Amino acid sequence: MASFLNSSIGKKFLMSLSGLFLITFLLVHLVVNSMILFDPSGALFNNVAHFMGTNPIIRVVEPVLAIGFILHILYACILTLKNQWVRPVGYDKQHSGNSSTWASRNMFVLGALILIFLVIHISNFFWKIKFTGSELLDNGGVNGVENVYLLVTTLFINWWWIDIVYVIGTVVLGLHLTHAFWSAFQTLGLSDNRWRKRLVIAGWVYTILVAGGFALIPLWVKISSMIN
Amino acid sequence: MDLTLKVWRQENRKAKGRFETYSLKNISPDSSFLEMLDVLNEQLVNGNNEPVVFDHDCREGICGTCSLFINGRAHGPDEDITTCQLHMRKFKDGDTIVIEPWRAGGFPVIKDLMVDRSAFDQILQAGGFISVNTGSARDGNNILIPKHKADESMDAAACIGCGACVATCKNSSAMLFLASKVSHLALLPQGRPEAVRRAKAMVAKMDELGFGSCTNTGACEVECPKGISVAHIARLNREFLIANLKP
Repeated sequence: MASFLNSSIGKKFLMSLSGLFLITFLLVHLVVNSMILFDPSGALFNNVAHFMGTNPIIRVVEPVLAIGFILHILYACILTLKNQWVRPVGYDKQHSGNSSTWASRNMFVLGALILIFLVIHISNFFWKIKFTGSELLDNGGVNGVENVYLLVTTLFINWWWIDIVYVIGTVVLGLHLTHAFWSAFQTLGLSDNRWRKRLVIAGWVYTILVAGGFALIPLWVKISSMIN
Repeated sequence: MDLTLKVWRQENRKAKGRFETYSLKNISPDSSFLEMLDVLNEQLVNGNNEPVVFDHDCREGICGTCSLFINGRAHGPDEDITTCQLHMRKFKDGDTIVIEPWRAGGFPVIKDLMVDRSAFDQILQAGGFISVNTGSARDGNNILIPKHKADESMDAAACIGCGACVATCKNSSAMLFLASKVSHLALLPQGRPEAVRRAKAMVAKMDELGFGSCTNTGACEVECPKGISVAHIARLNREFLIANLKP
């Protein structure tokens, strides 16, 4: 096991598994958040958020998710550092554009930007809900259900630049995902010439759905508040 | 054609290299890239200068000896060819051409444009073989192999070990080379008995020799002169994971 994890493919195996786990998480996260769009009163979103916060299965998965993030970030750093180090003298001239996509060459940079966004995002919502609390959460909450809807919409309505940060965050996430999806399967050995095409298309569908969906929410909240 | 060449010159492994600029006149567009370098070397020798050292052998695209990173691309600006198959008609009169050696920690420069690719031999020695009894030749079709498997195995076996994959990869990863060597044996029944040992030993050797890890950018298959697909890398990953699951 130790020799497996010390090998380059073993480390990539962990990147791939943790990545697929995060890909699954994003989809669940989007389904929960999309409740904001379907019920302007916020009751639906609050109930679902309350369920996610109290359900025992989700509570167990929560630390696993944190471990998934940490593993993905840690191994990305280890692999990227080594990959930087193995070419002591670089090229004077290199045309990378015609042989690979920009996103595939810059996964670490995109990942680092996503990490910055993640810190902002967690401090905006998760941290307040879980630890520090907020007046907005208690405002209009019924039967112990916190008013997460009010916390989210207040932020998106009051600060337009927060909306922009969120849209940029989802674009960066989307670029990361365009390469991540197929790449994860390739590393696990679950690809060949036929499946590669299918997985790349599935990756694009997933990316547009998830990145587009997450970008839509702050825009929707902001624009609908301006119309009303 | 008149050309300006920016060529990497380096005395030896330890020396610090630099670019030298040379002018060439009246180069035929029908000459090959290596012939153009031959003309340059003749010019240098006639002027009592040291010729540029570069690798070449068969000059028909099958030996994998020629290398060169030309204007930012492995084997130059054409698809599916080696440098010896590149012709000067791919360039324009008055062009400046930048010529660099393969750059990777696993391929140290020996002199000028020549690099040491013996790391590939070491990877092959670690497991890129099958053990068979020698003696009289076996009957043909002794072991039946499905056509599609034989074809796929041959596609992988087309690898000439030139190192363009390593040179192109942003991580200097040797995964496409390794994948083609593992794949062409793994697909055949003769390669199965040693499959577990082979995958483990060859990956360990590749890691030890200081090549980077694959990030699936796919640049290697685009620059591979034999058009070997990264699907073989998926097979290598599969072989390696299965090898590690077995006791």
